[in-house]
Amino acid sequence: MYLEIPKKFSPIVNQARQVAQEVFRPISRKYDRAEHAYPKELDMFASIMDGMNDGAPDGGAGAGKLARSGGNGAPGNRNGTNMKTVLGLTELCWGDVGLALSIPRQGLGNSAIAAVANEEQLARLGDTWAAMAITEPGAGSDSAAIRTTAREDGDHYVINGEKIYVTAGERANAVVVWASLDRNKGKAAIKSFVVEKGTPGMTLERLEKKLGIRASDTAAIRFENCRVPKENLLGDPEISVNKGFAGAMQTFDNTRPVVAGMAIGVARAALERTRQIIAESGIDLDYHTQTWTQPAVSRELQLLEAELEAARLLTLKAAWMADNGLPNSKEASMAKAKAGRVGNTITLRCVELCGSLGYGETELIEKWARDSKILDIFEGTQQIQLLIIARRLLGKSSAELK
Amino acid sequence: MTRDPIGMALAMMNRLAANPLLDRFGLRTATEKTAYHGTRIGFRTLALAGREFKRVSNWLPRKRLPGKPAPILFDLTLDEDQQMIVDSLQRLARDTLRPAAAGADEAGAMPADVFDTTTELGLALYAVPAEFGGVAETQSPVTSVLIAEQLAWGDMGLAVALLAPFSVAQAITRWGTGEQQSRYLPAFCEPEPPVATIAMDEPRALFDPLTLSTRADTTPNGYRLNGQKNGVILGAQSDLMLVSASLNGRPRLFIIESGTPGLICEADPAMGLRAAQPATITLKDVNVLTDALLGDDNFDYQAFLDMGALLRCGLAIGTAQAVVDYVIPYCNEREAFGEPISHRQSVAFMISNLAIETESMRMLTWRAASRAETNQTFHREACLARLLCNEKAMEIGTNGVQLLGGHGFVKEHPVERWYRDLRSVATHTGGAHA
Repeated sequence: MYLEIPKKFSPIVNQARQVAQEVFRPISRKYDRAEHAYPKELDMFASIMDGMNDGAPDGGAGAGKLARSGGNGAPGNRNGTNMKTVLGLTELCWGDVGLALSIPRQGLGNSAIAAVANEEQLARLGDTWAAMAITEPGAGSDSAAIRTTAREDGDHYVINGEKIYVTAGERANAVVVWASLDRNKGKAAIKSFVVEKGTPGMTLERLEKKLGIRASDTAAIRFENCRVPKENLLGDPEISVNKGFAGAMQTFDNTRPVVAGMAIGVARAALERTRQIIAESGIDLDYHTQTWTQPAVSRELQLLEAELEAARLLTLKAAWMADNGLPNSKEASMAKAKAGRVGNTITLRCVELCGSLGYGETELIEKWARDSKILDIFEGTQQIQLLIIARRLLGKSSAELK
Repeated sequence: MTRDPIGMALAMMNRLAANPLLDRFGLRTATEKTAYHGTRIGFRTLALAGREFKRVSNWLPRKRLPGKPAPILFDLTLDEDQQMIVDSLQRLARDTLRPAAAGADEAGAMPADVFDTTTELGLALYAVPAEFGGVAETQSPVTSVLIAEQLAWGDMGLAVALLAPFSVAQAITRWGTGEQQSRYLPAFCEPEPPVATIAMDEPRALFDPLTLSTRADTTPNGYRLNGQKNGVILGAQSDLMLVSASLNGRPRLFIIESGTPGLICEADPAMGLRAAQPATITLKDVNVLTDALLGDDNFDYQAFLDMGALLRCGLAIGTAQAVVDYVIPYCNEREAFGEPISHRQSVAFMISNLAIETESMRMLTWRAASRAETNQTFHREACLARLLCNEKAMEIGTNGVQLLGGHGFVKEHPVERWYRDLRSVATHTGGAHA
């Protein structure tokens, strides 16, 4: 048993940290204010990221590499792509969550492609920057209730429907769209389709104005008789009750620890900065056995740090399980639930502890407190995670524990 | 007059027999039945202290266990030895501790057969180096935490009583001089090892183990101790006690054998941990020789406290896991409004959170212990683990009772005991050392 980060990840952690510090932080406030402006600084940096991945001896890191690493290679303990991606994203989000979400070719759609695409699709679409379109105006957490349809027509599928909250929906080169082949056949009929940018019938309706992560574009997209080639359906086109939707949902087992890692990154940024500010006022922040005789702020900071450590270690556990080919649905949700809520609690408390300084725009703390909220919502809200965990613990189906 | 342990027990029985509440609430029959049952089926409590430790003339040189080399990769699997220990202690917890827990709590006593069964497993051997008769080759705080976790799943009160002697052996191995190790450690490897404990807490609010009221003054041939300790696990039963006291303004530990004049022991039953028979120890001009001072100038009191924190966290994790494992089948079987209560999100989400926080406590504690085991700094990690356990253990305890509703409040189910036991996580420092 050993719970330290292996030394072999130091280079990638350090690189990501450098990017966060030297590229993201200096432009963080700028793109928070200039919502919807494209952060052109990211292009140069994306190629560095690609280079880092291609040159990596053990499969690289990033959204498009998740899951594929588990279950192969030499027997024995492995620390692989899932852990590395979590660590990288944590560092990047220490810099800026919105910018991290805008890194070309690192979209959630890339994870979906990595998880369900066949070899041909992977070769063709693997390097595309793909966004993910699941949510609709009438269907959020209940993703089986989506109304978007895909009708077979010769060599094409014809997609009709409306998607919202598509992260990087404007900037990405393609969108992975969830649509139903037959709305009478329930969630088994839901498939994902890669729709490339510029496909006729696909219209960008608007970009949302948001509480946080303003550097990231969040699009609403309308599909009107949008024809996509048949080979763009990801995975198996058959409607099978046994698999299919569950397979699509499995993408999340791998992406949830990454989103948890993002929450950890932004929370750590807030906590570090707050500790600096509080330390300047001369308050003793040492770790003590008896915390009740310390100033309230010291005890609170230690408790926040403990909560952050708990979230971090639960996340590493979930990623470690994925790297070792162990089923980790429950653990991935535990990591996401814990990190999502403590990330939000920590950043908000940091604003409070720093008072009007924390609340003002001179510091980035208020921004982090706005950015952190989304991490307890997307990729499955806190409540959805608790539901998944409870069903696993109690052995209940989604029909029993609704 | 000094009240000796036998007198103390008699006085307690007297008080209990005279208690009018027993009649008012109709408890007398039940209590008498317990007492009767106790003697009838041989609920043998631990023998009272009285063992002597001979000074050794040809003592061995001081032995310090090395740490383990740090592994290269993050790894949550247990090694073969750890898995073996965990498996055998899980069986002990399930087959011996859990069945004995309610009776021991009710009687406020540690059943001797539980103590003997556990002794047969040779727990203390893992704390003592081979030179002194044990099997320990390296420091192993991770194994200690795993041991605490498994035992406390069975029962925290019994666990802390079983771990107190183990903790003393750990502390003497880690900090003792060659003379102290030669004198005390072999006894822990005998078929009938001594009962031992660590007396740390003092009866006042906001107690800080760094600021002790109990003091040791230098005398011509040793030290004189004065002060009061409470919550001392197996205080009356211990042959040996590590007592913390301030020496020249710095906290130190003293090895004190039972029967030392000036040592007054009184039962100090508490909200929980009742099987561990907590006691108040008053030290009134207790004179000890120079060699009673544990260790030398290299003694690291903060590291001693941090090692104690780790074991306390292990106990918290074990009982928290017991709560999780108990409420799951209960909430699946209990029906209300025509379906299992676990079909309701308000119930199911509480269970999810119990599991999340139990795992959080475990991860923080394991990390601190694995750093300690590989000779890395672990003060920060131990403090964070303890603080998280302080907060979450009680949350888990109270929600465990809540999930059972009225059934959680009565002794038919163990959750009310776990609730009382889990309160101690944040209140006690003594008795534990990983």
